[in-house]
Amino acid sequence: MRFLRVVSFLLTVVVVAAVGFLIIGWRSELPPDEKAATAQHPPDLVAKGAQLAAVGNCIACHTKPGQAAFAGGLPVPTPFGTLYSTNITPDPQTGIGSWSEAAFNRAMREGVDREGDHLYPAFPYDHFTWVTDEDNKALYAFLMTRTPVKATAPKNELIFPLQFRPLLVGWNMLFFREGVMQPDSSQSEAWNRGRYLAEGLGHCGACHTPRNSLGAEDRGNHFAGGEAEGWQAYAINAASRSPVPWTTDSIAFYLRNGWHELHGVSRGPMAEVTGNLGLLPDSDIQAIATYVASVMGEPSADRKAKGEKLAQSFGNGGAGLTTAAVNIGKPAADLASHPGAAIYTAACSTCHESGKAQPFGGLNFNLSTAVNAPNPQNIVNVTMFGLPPADGQPSAVMPAFGNTLNDQQVADLLGYLRARFSDQPVWSGLTDLVAKTRSGEHPVTVLASDGIERAPKNVGAKEQK
Amino acid sequence: MTITLNVNGKSHQVDAEADTPLLYVLRNDLDLHAAKYGCGLGQCGACTVMIDGKAALSCVTPLLVAQGREITTVEGLGTAENPGPIQKAFIEKQSAQCGYCIAGMMMSGAALLKHNPKPSDDDIRAALRTNLCRCGTHMRIMAAIKRASELMGQQAALPAAESNRSAG
Repeated sequence: MRFLRVVSFLLTVVVVAAVGFLIIGWRSELPPDEKAATAQHPPDLVAKGAQLAAVGNCIACHTKPGQAAFAGGLPVPTPFGTLYSTNITPDPQTGIGSWSEAAFNRAMREGVDREGDHLYPAFPYDHFTWVTDEDNKALYAFLMTRTPVKATAPKNELIFPLQFRPLLVGWNMLFFREGVMQPDSSQSEAWNRGRYLAEGLGHCGACHTPRNSLGAEDRGNHFAGGEAEGWQAYAINAASRSPVPWTTDSIAFYLRNGWHELHGVSRGPMAEVTGNLGLLPDSDIQAIATYVASVMGEPSADRKAKGEKLAQSFGNGGAGLTTAAVNIGKPAADLASHPGAAIYTAACSTCHESGKAQPFGGLNFNLSTAVNAPNPQNIVNVTMFGLPPADGQPSAVMPAFGNTLNDQQVADLLGYLRARFSDQPVWSGLTDLVAKTRSGEHPVTVLASDGIERAPKNVGAKEQK
Repeated sequence: MTITLNVNGKSHQVDAEADTPLLYVLRNDLDLHAAKYGCGLGQCGACTVMIDGKAALSCVTPLLVAQGREITTVEGLGTAENPGPIQKAFIEKQSAQCGYCIAGMMMSGAALLKHNPKPSDDDIRAALRTNLCRCGTHMRIMAAIKRASELMGQQAALPAAESNRSAG
């Protein structure tokens, strides 16, 4: 009897909790707005919305490569299964054409769609909650004036029981803090603006902050480095491993141009980000750089001195290039019998020691964050898949070596780079990682340096006319 | 050091440094002049060959990694008297102007057709995107790859048709 009483008590607790959960999490449907898709919006508001959409990089997830922009359907692999991005064109049946501005605002602020269903946090509402009503109004005006496209995303393939959206109420209770940003009055206006853009719409942390086992950003490790589309999003806090420490100016230049002479070119998903930021005014780029540089903090005296030496050798467009002057790792002569040495000489050094300036020359590996990073995934990706050329404009390119080198040879080469151009410990499990990257067990999105997606086909996402 | 190379089905002993680019050995030691020296940086595609059936840039391929693998150059696709389907198609469509890029185009095309016998225009563009042509014969090169795909299809169908005839 005692046992039954305990069971019934526990059952009651569970039921009450579940009902409480549903009540707390309940969001009503907002009425469809039949005129939403055809309403007029002032052109300057639409233009502002276009800039903001670029900051949010909405197009990257809400577009399938080569297909209509914002029409959704892109598979987003997560540890919990595959989600498909939704259609955010103003088609009333399959897109957001019947959404009022209030419904749009609620989705951004609370992560709830017009019908009242909770959205999965692959949609980064944990960041977008910071976006002001005013900016949401501009984003809404921009999206509602796109060409409507009829397209329904495939059904999400999530592990049981995550199909049941009310569970997200629990996730939100644990990890989601709703509300707009409170400015920090002790900081400059640029810093606050930068924080608003980087932590809000820009959602830098969605890739650059590691996630916990429930898929939420680990707030204790802010900007400590994460993962995106098969690439490592480097640490952009004090743990940054860039051989030359970043500064406000170098971050701003990199975000504006997609490359920096002491850091190399942006690639992978970051190429898309820097490509998009081209739409932003300099003041906003400078603001983001100000904020991110302050999160990174002042480098140690030792790191700073090393960085200055490197900058002297390799700065000014590579003009002062003297490989012998600076070498972080072991000298070439000590590594002559390394199995990767011959591969490096024939396959890499012709470009990477040419002294040709960025972004068209190969970056000297003494400057490479990839070679100094704790995880070798990015240098594996670039070696195997190269940097495909951009369409119809000059761009950084690199040949793919996946067909030339077998798994062991890639591993030998990267082991050599690590020994010669970094003072970091040997990477373990390289051959296995290369094999998994080649087989697709570790999927990688391959992008040109202008950010246009190349997989599966050499076609960029375009707005449907 | 002595390295054994398998080129177009023949085995060769080559005495060269491990870091010598494969292209130099093909042209200077083995007298195979189809693959061209263009940029020497793996950016133009004129030196493209096939390694184990996949397109690879021989100017940035160290000899060491080519050891023991199957290397194919244009010489391995057919002869002047008896051209292979890709060569036939490029002649038929008159795809060469100055001709410097053509060997590389043929090899990238051959590698594409090996795993994708009926490529779409997009597939061809993607496979040949790292092969540059300065004369501007791209449309004829596309046409030649499509024609080669047809010719290979006919070739593949022939023995089957003949065996049907003899059986019937």
